Amino acid sequence: MSKSAIDQQALDHDDVVEKAAAWRDTGKSVAIATVISTWGSSPRPTGSQLAVDEDGNMVGSVSGGCIEGAVVHEARQVMLDGKPRLLDFGVTDEMAWEVGLACGGKVEVWVERVE
Amino acid sequence: MRPDTLKSLLAARKAKHPVALVSNLQTGDQALVYRDAVEGDLGLDEVIVTAARAALRDDKSGRADDNGTALFVQVFNPPKRMVIVGAVHIAQPLVTLAQTSGYEVVIVDPRGAFATRDRFPGVTLSEDWPDSALEELKIDNRTAVVTLTHDPKLDDPALHVALRSEAFYVGSLGSRKTHGRRVERLADEGYTEAEIGKIHAPVGLAINAKSPAEIAISIMAQITQVLRTE
Repeated sequence: MSKSAIDQQALDHDDVVEKAAAWRDTGKSVAIATVISTWGSSPRPTGSQLAVDEDGNMVGSVSGGCIEGAVVHEARQVMLDGKPRLLDFGVTDEMAWEVGLACGGKVEVWVERVE
Repeated sequence: MRPDTLKSLLAARKAKHPVALVSNLQTGDQALVYRDAVEGDLGLDEVIVTAARAALRDDKSGRADDNGTALFVQVFNPPKRMVIVGAVHIAQPLVTLAQTSGYEVVIVDPRGAFATRDRFPGVTLSEDWPDSALEELKIDNRTAVVTLTHDPKLDDPALHVALRSEAFYVGSLGSRKTHGRRVERLADEGYTEAEIGKIHAPVGLAINAKSPAEIAISIMAQITQVLRTE
Protein backbone atom coordinates (compact mmCIF):
# COMPACT_ATOMS: atom_id res chain seq x y z
CA MET A 1 0.00 0.00 0.00
CA SER A 2 1.27 3.44 -0.85
CA LYS A 3 1.02 5.50 2.28
CA SER A 4 2.68 8.51 3.68
CA ALA A 5 5.15 8.32 6.52
CA ILE A 6 3.22 10.66 8.75
CA ASP A 7 1.93 8.83 11.78
CA GLN A 8 -1.32 10.07 13.14
CA GLN A 9 -0.82 11.57 16.56
CA ALA A 10 -3.28 10.18 19.04
CA LEU A 11 -5.15 12.92 20.79
CA ASP A 12 -3.99 14.30 24.10
CA HIS A 13 -7.15 13.45 25.97
CA ASP A 14 -6.67 9.74 25.26
CA ASP A 15 -2.96 9.74 26.05
CA VAL A 16 -3.15 9.45 29.83
CA VAL A 17 -0.31 6.96 30.36
CA GLU A 18 1.90 8.73 27.83
CA LYS A 19 1.37 12.04 29.60
CA ALA A 20 2.00 10.43 33.00
CA ALA A 21 5.29 9.00 31.71
CA ALA A 22 6.32 12.36 30.28
CA TRP A 23 5.67 14.10 33.61
CA ARG A 24 7.57 11.36 35.45
CA ASP A 25 10.51 11.81 33.07
CA THR A 26 10.82 15.43 34.19
CA GLY A 27 11.26 14.21 37.77
CA LYS A 28 7.78 15.03 39.02
CA SER A 29 5.70 12.80 41.30
CA VAL A 30 2.79 11.35 39.36
CA ALA A 31 -0.26 9.21 40.17
CA ILE A 32 -2.78 7.50 37.91
CA ALA A 33 -6.43 7.06 38.91
CA THR A 34 -8.56 4.42 37.17
CA VAL A 35 -12.32 3.81 37.30
CA ILE A 36 -12.53 0.14 38.26
CA SER A 37 -16.28 -0.26 38.67
CA THR A 38 -19.45 1.76 38.25
CA TRP A 39 -23.10 1.49 39.25
CA GLY A 40 -26.03 3.40 37.88
CA SER A 41 -25.58 6.47 35.75
CA SER A 42 -21.93 7.22 36.37
CA PRO A 43 -20.48 9.50 33.71
CA ARG A 44 -17.26 7.68 32.74
CA PRO A 45 -17.01 3.96 32.03
CA THR A 46 -14.82 1.38 33.75
CA GLY A 47 -11.22 1.75 32.59
CA SER A 48 -11.34 5.56 32.31
CA GLN A 49 -8.17 7.15 33.62
CA LEU A 50 -6.92 10.39 35.09
CA ALA A 51 -3.24 11.20 35.58
CA VAL A 52 -2.19 13.91 37.98
CA ASP A 53 1.21 15.36 38.82
CA GLU A 54 2.49 16.90 42.03
CA ASP A 55 1.47 20.38 40.87
CA GLY A 56 -2.11 19.30 40.33
CA ASN A 57 -1.93 19.17 36.52
CA MET A 58 -4.46 16.68 35.15
CA VAL A 59 -5.06 14.75 31.95
CA GLY A 60 -8.04 12.47 31.32
CA SER A 61 -11.01 12.07 33.67
CA VAL A 62 -12.76 9.65 36.01
CA SER A 63 -16.11 11.47 36.14
CA GLY A 64 -17.76 14.50 34.63
CA GLY A 65 -15.77 16.73 36.94
CA CYS A 66 -17.68 15.75 40.09
CA ILE A 67 -14.97 13.85 41.97
CA GLU A 68 -11.74 14.91 40.28
CA GLY A 69 -10.93 17.35 43.10
CA ALA A 70 -11.19 14.64 45.74
CA VAL A 71 -9.23 12.17 43.60
CA VAL A 72 -6.42 14.69 43.16
CA HIS A 73 -6.36 15.19 46.93
CA GLU A 74 -6.01 11.43 47.52
CA ALA A 75 -3.49 11.17 44.68
CA ARG A 76 -1.17 13.52 46.59
CA GLN A 77 -1.19 11.08 49.52
CA VAL A 78 -0.48 8.19 47.16
CA MET A 79 2.45 10.14 45.68
CA LEU A 80 3.85 10.62 49.20
CA ASP A 81 3.60 7.10 50.64
CA GLY A 82 3.40 5.01 47.46
CA LYS A 83 0.49 2.93 48.76
CA PRO A 84 -2.28 2.38 46.22
CA ARG A 85 -5.75 3.40 47.40
CA LEU A 86 -9.24 2.24 46.53
CA LEU A 87 -11.74 5.11 46.68
CA ASP A 88 -15.52 4.91 46.75
CA PHE A 89 -17.76 7.71 45.56
CA GLY A 90 -21.52 7.67 45.85
CA VAL A 91 -24.47 9.94 45.47
CA THR A 92 -23.92 13.52 46.60
CA ASP A 93 -25.47 14.34 49.94
CA GLU A 94 -26.04 18.04 49.43
CA MET A 95 -26.78 18.67 53.10
CA ALA A 96 -23.42 17.29 54.15
CA TRP A 97 -21.49 18.97 51.32
CA GLU A 98 -19.88 15.66 50.51
CA VAL A 99 -18.03 15.03 47.32
CA GLY A 100 -20.06 12.72 45.12
CA LEU A 101 -21.89 12.25 41.90
CA ALA A 102 -24.83 14.55 41.31
CA CYS A 103 -26.09 12.10 38.68
CA GLY A 104 -26.88 9.50 41.33
CA GLY A 105 -24.29 6.95 40.21
CA LYS A 106 -21.46 5.34 42.13
CA VAL A 107 -17.86 4.73 41.15
CA GLU A 108 -14.85 2.97 42.57
CA VAL A 109 -11.52 4.58 41.69
CA TRP A 110 -8.11 3.01 42.21
CA VAL A 111 -5.13 5.34 42.58
CA GLU A 112 -1.54 4.19 42.12
CA ARG A 113 1.79 5.97 42.10
CA VAL A 114 3.93 5.98 38.96
CA GLU A 115 7.32 4.86 40.28
CA MET B 1 3.32 1.26 38.49
CA ARG B 2 6.95 0.17 38.20
CA PRO B 3 9.15 1.86 35.58
CA ASP B 4 9.69 -1.35 33.58
CA THR B 5 5.93 -2.02 33.48
CA LEU B 6 5.27 1.53 32.28
CA LYS B 7 8.01 1.23 29.68
CA SER B 8 6.58 -2.03 28.30
CA LEU B 9 3.05 -0.62 28.32
CA LEU B 10 4.13 2.45 26.36
CA ALA B 11 6.05 0.29 23.88
CA ALA B 12 3.00 -1.93 23.29
CA ARG B 13 0.77 1.08 22.76
CA LYS B 14 3.23 2.62 20.34
CA ALA B 15 3.50 -0.62 18.38
CA LYS B 16 -0.32 -0.91 18.47
CA HIS B 17 -0.20 -4.30 20.19
CA PRO B 18 -3.21 -5.09 22.38
CA VAL B 19 -2.20 -5.53 26.03
CA ALA B 20 -4.04 -5.95 29.33
CA LEU B 21 -2.62 -4.51 32.54
CA VAL B 22 -3.60 -6.65 35.53
CA SER B 23 -3.25 -4.95 38.94
CA ASN B 24 -3.47 -6.32 42.45
CA LEU B 25 -5.59 -3.61 44.08
CA GLN B 26 -4.10 -4.26 47.52
CA THR B 27 -0.37 -4.40 46.79
CA GLY B 28 -0.19 -2.55 43.48
CA ASP B 29 1.77 -5.42 41.89
CA GLN B 30 1.10 -5.64 38.18
CA ALA B 31 1.46 -7.87 35.13
CA LEU B 32 1.05 -7.25 31.41
CA VAL B 33 -0.86 -9.87 29.45
CA TYR B 34 -0.24 -9.94 25.71
CA ARG B 35 -1.89 -12.28 23.22
CA ASP B 36 1.12 -14.59 23.41
CA ALA B 37 3.08 -13.61 26.53
CA VAL B 38 2.86 -12.45 30.14
CA GLU B 39 5.34 -10.24 31.99
CA GLY B 40 5.58 -8.41 35.30
CA ASP B 41 5.98 -8.99 39.02
CA LEU B 42 2.39 -10.11 39.68
CA GLY B 43 2.15 -13.90 39.31
CA LEU B 44 -1.01 -14.82 37.43
CA ASP B 45 -3.15 -17.91 37.47
CA GLU B 46 -3.87 -19.40 34.05
CA VAL B 47 -7.56 -18.61 34.65
CA ILE B 48 -6.76 -14.90 35.04
CA VAL B 49 -4.54 -14.87 31.96
CA THR B 50 -7.40 -16.38 29.96
CA ALA B 51 -9.82 -13.83 31.42
CA ALA B 52 -7.45 -10.98 30.56
CA ARG B 53 -7.21 -12.16 26.95
CA ALA B 54 -11.01 -12.42 26.79
CA ALA B 55 -11.19 -8.84 28.11
CA LEU B 56 -8.89 -7.74 25.26
CA ARG B 57 -11.09 -9.48 22.72
CA ASP B 58 -14.26 -7.94 24.18
CA ASP B 59 -12.56 -4.55 24.64
CA LYS B 60 -13.87 -4.44 28.19
CA SER B 61 -11.92 -3.58 31.33
CA GLY B 62 -13.19 -4.88 34.66
CA ARG B 63 -12.55 -6.33 38.11
CA ALA B 64 -11.45 -9.92 38.54
CA ASP B 65 -11.04 -12.12 41.55
CA ASP B 66 -8.16 -14.52 42.10
CA ASN B 67 -9.15 -16.70 45.06
CA GLY B 68 -10.21 -13.72 47.13
CA THR B 69 -7.53 -11.35 45.86
CA ALA B 70 -9.05 -8.30 44.18
CA LEU B 71 -7.61 -7.63 40.73
CA PHE B 72 -8.38 -5.15 37.99
CA VAL B 73 -7.91 -5.89 34.30
CA GLN B 74 -7.31 -2.73 32.27
CA VAL B 75 -7.61 -3.17 28.53
CA PHE B 76 -5.29 -1.20 26.26
CA ASN B 77 -6.39 -1.89 22.71
CA PRO B 78 -5.05 0.00 19.71
CA PRO B 79 -7.34 2.70 18.29
CA LYS B 80 -10.40 1.68 16.28
CA ARG B 81 -10.06 2.34 12.57
CA MET B 82 -12.17 4.11 10.01
CA VAL B 83 -11.55 3.30 6.36
CA ILE B 84 -12.96 5.98 4.08
CA VAL B 85 -13.24 5.18 0.39
CA GLY B 86 -13.28 8.40 -1.61
CA ALA B 87 -11.15 11.40 -0.69
CA VAL B 88 -14.09 13.71 -1.37
CA HIS B 89 -15.15 16.90 0.39
CA ILE B 90 -17.23 15.07 3.06
CA ALA B 91 -14.15 13.02 3.92
CA GLN B 92 -12.36 16.14 5.20
CA PRO B 93 -14.71 16.95 8.12
CA LEU B 94 -15.27 13.22 8.67
CA VAL B 95 -11.53 12.71 9.23
CA THR B 96 -11.53 15.43 11.91
CA LEU B 97 -14.56 13.95 13.70
CA ALA B 98 -13.17 10.42 13.49
CA GLN B 99 -9.80 11.44 14.91
CA THR B 100 -11.43 13.40 17.72
CA SER B 101 -13.50 10.30 18.49
CA GLY B 102 -10.30 8.25 18.77
CA TYR B 103 -10.23 6.51 15.39
CA GLU B 104 -7.21 6.03 13.23
CA VAL B 105 -8.21 6.96 9.69
CA VAL B 106 -7.20 5.43 6.37
CA ILE B 107 -8.37 7.05 3.13
CA VAL B 108 -8.53 4.99 -0.03
CA ASP B 109 -8.82 6.72 -3.38
CA PRO B 110 -6.96 5.63 -6.51
CA ARG B 111 -7.69 8.98 -8.16
CA GLY B 112 -4.42 10.71 -7.34
CA ALA B 113 -5.81 14.24 -7.52
CA PHE B 114 -8.17 13.66 -4.59
CA ALA B 115 -6.15 11.94 -1.87
CA THR B 116 -3.45 14.53 -1.48
CA ARG B 117 -1.34 15.29 1.56
CA ASP B 118 -2.55 18.92 1.51
CA ARG B 119 -6.18 17.92 1.78
CA PHE B 120 -5.59 15.21 4.39
CA PRO B 121 -2.68 15.99 6.68
CA GLY B 122 -1.84 13.27 9.18
CA VAL B 123 -3.96 10.56 7.56
CA THR B 124 -2.80 7.30 5.97
CA LEU B 125 -3.56 7.54 2.25
CA SER B 126 -3.83 4.63 -0.14
CA GLU B 127 -4.03 4.96 -3.91
CA ASP B 128 -4.61 1.25 -4.41
CA TRP B 129 -7.84 0.01 -5.94
CA PRO B 130 -10.38 -0.23 -3.07
CA ASP B 131 -10.72 -4.05 -3.04
CA SER B 132 -6.98 -4.69 -2.79
CA ALA B 133 -6.55 -1.79 -0.35
CA LEU B 134 -9.23 -3.21 1.97
CA GLU B 135 -7.84 -6.72 1.71
CA GLU B 136 -4.45 -5.46 2.73
CA LEU B 137 -5.91 -3.51 5.65
CA LYS B 138 -7.38 -6.73 7.12
CA ILE B 139 -10.74 -5.31 8.13
CA ASP B 140 -11.52 -6.54 11.67
CA ASN B 141 -14.35 -6.05 14.16
CA ARG B 142 -12.83 -2.77 15.35
CA THR B 143 -13.00 -1.23 11.87
CA ALA B 144 -15.70 0.91 10.24
CA VAL B 145 -15.86 1.23 6.45
CA VAL B 146 -17.50 4.21 4.76
CA THR B 147 -17.73 4.59 0.98
CA LEU B 148 -18.20 8.14 -0.24
CA THR B 149 -17.44 8.12 -3.98
CA HIS B 150 -20.98 7.05 -5.04
CA ASP B 151 -19.20 5.73 -8.11
CA PRO B 152 -19.92 2.00 -8.51
CA LYS B 153 -16.52 1.26 -9.99
CA LEU B 154 -14.86 2.47 -6.78
CA ASP B 155 -17.49 1.83 -4.07
CA ASP B 156 -18.53 -1.65 -5.20
CA PRO B 157 -15.07 -3.27 -4.97
CA ALA B 158 -14.75 -1.85 -1.44
CA LEU B 159 -18.15 -3.26 -0.51
CA HIS B 160 -17.22 -6.67 -1.96
CA VAL B 161 -14.52 -6.92 0.70
CA ALA B 162 -16.30 -5.04 3.51
CA LEU B 163 -19.53 -7.07 3.37
CA ARG B 164 -17.65 -10.32 3.89
CA SER B 165 -15.40 -8.89 6.61
CA GLU B 166 -15.95 -8.47 10.35
CA ALA B 167 -16.32 -4.67 10.01
CA PHE B 168 -18.62 -3.43 12.78
CA TYR B 169 -20.04 -0.77 10.46
CA VAL B 170 -20.42 -0.41 6.71
CA GLY B 171 -22.01 2.72 5.26
CA SER B 172 -22.40 3.99 1.70
CA LEU B 173 -23.17 7.47 0.47
CA GLY B 174 -25.86 7.81 -2.18
CA SER B 175 -29.56 8.47 -2.56
CA ARG B 176 -32.21 5.77 -2.13
CA LYS B 177 -32.23 5.40 -5.91
CA THR B 178 -28.45 5.04 -6.07
CA HIS B 179 -28.61 2.52 -3.26
CA GLY B 180 -31.43 0.62 -4.97
CA ARG B 181 -29.23 0.10 -8.01
CA ARG B 182 -26.31 -0.82 -5.75
CA VAL B 183 -28.43 -3.51 -4.06
CA GLU B 184 -29.40 -4.93 -7.48
CA ARG B 185 -25.77 -5.08 -8.62
CA LEU B 186 -24.61 -6.75 -5.42
CA ALA B 187 -27.45 -9.29 -5.59
CA ASP B 188 -26.54 -10.07 -9.22
CA GLU B 189 -22.96 -10.64 -8.09
CA GLY B 190 -24.11 -13.25 -5.56
CA TYR B 191 -24.14 -11.28 -2.32
CA THR B 192 -26.81 -12.52 0.07
CA GLU B 193 -29.61 -10.42 1.47
CA ALA B 194 -27.95 -10.57 4.91
CA GLU B 195 -24.63 -9.35 3.51
CA ILE B 196 -26.24 -6.52 1.54
CA GLY B 197 -28.35 -5.66 4.58
CA LYS B 198 -25.20 -4.70 6.49
CA ILE B 199 -24.90 -1.53 4.43
CA HIS B 200 -26.16 1.61 6.14
CA ALA B 201 -27.62 3.59 3.24
CA PRO B 202 -28.44 6.34 2.70
CA VAL B 203 -25.49 6.80 5.03
CA GLY B 204 -25.75 8.58 8.39
CA LEU B 205 -28.48 9.34 10.90
CA ALA B 206 -31.45 11.25 9.53
CA ILE B 207 -30.77 14.79 10.80
CA ASN B 208 -31.53 16.58 7.52
CA ALA B 209 -27.82 17.23 6.99
CA LYS B 210 -26.94 19.36 3.98
CA SER B 211 -23.34 20.60 4.09
CA PRO B 212 -20.35 18.23 3.97
CA ALA B 213 -19.67 18.89 7.67
CA GLU B 214 -23.28 18.14 8.62
CA ILE B 215 -23.25 14.92 6.61
CA ALA B 216 -19.99 13.95 8.32
CA ILE B 217 -21.64 14.54 11.71
CA SER B 218 -24.57 12.30 10.75
CA ILE B 219 -22.15 9.55 9.66
CA MET B 220 -20.03 9.82 12.82
CA ALA B 221 -23.19 9.74 14.94
CA GLN B 222 -24.44 6.62 13.19
CA ILE B 223 -21.10 4.83 13.57
CA THR B 224 -21.14 5.72 17.28
CA GLN B 225 -24.70 4.44 17.61
CA VAL B 226 -23.80 1.12 15.99
CA LEU B 227 -20.63 0.81 18.09
CA ARG B 228 -22.35 1.52 21.39
CA THR B 229 -25.61 -0.36 20.82
CA GLU B 230 -25.26 -3.87 22.20
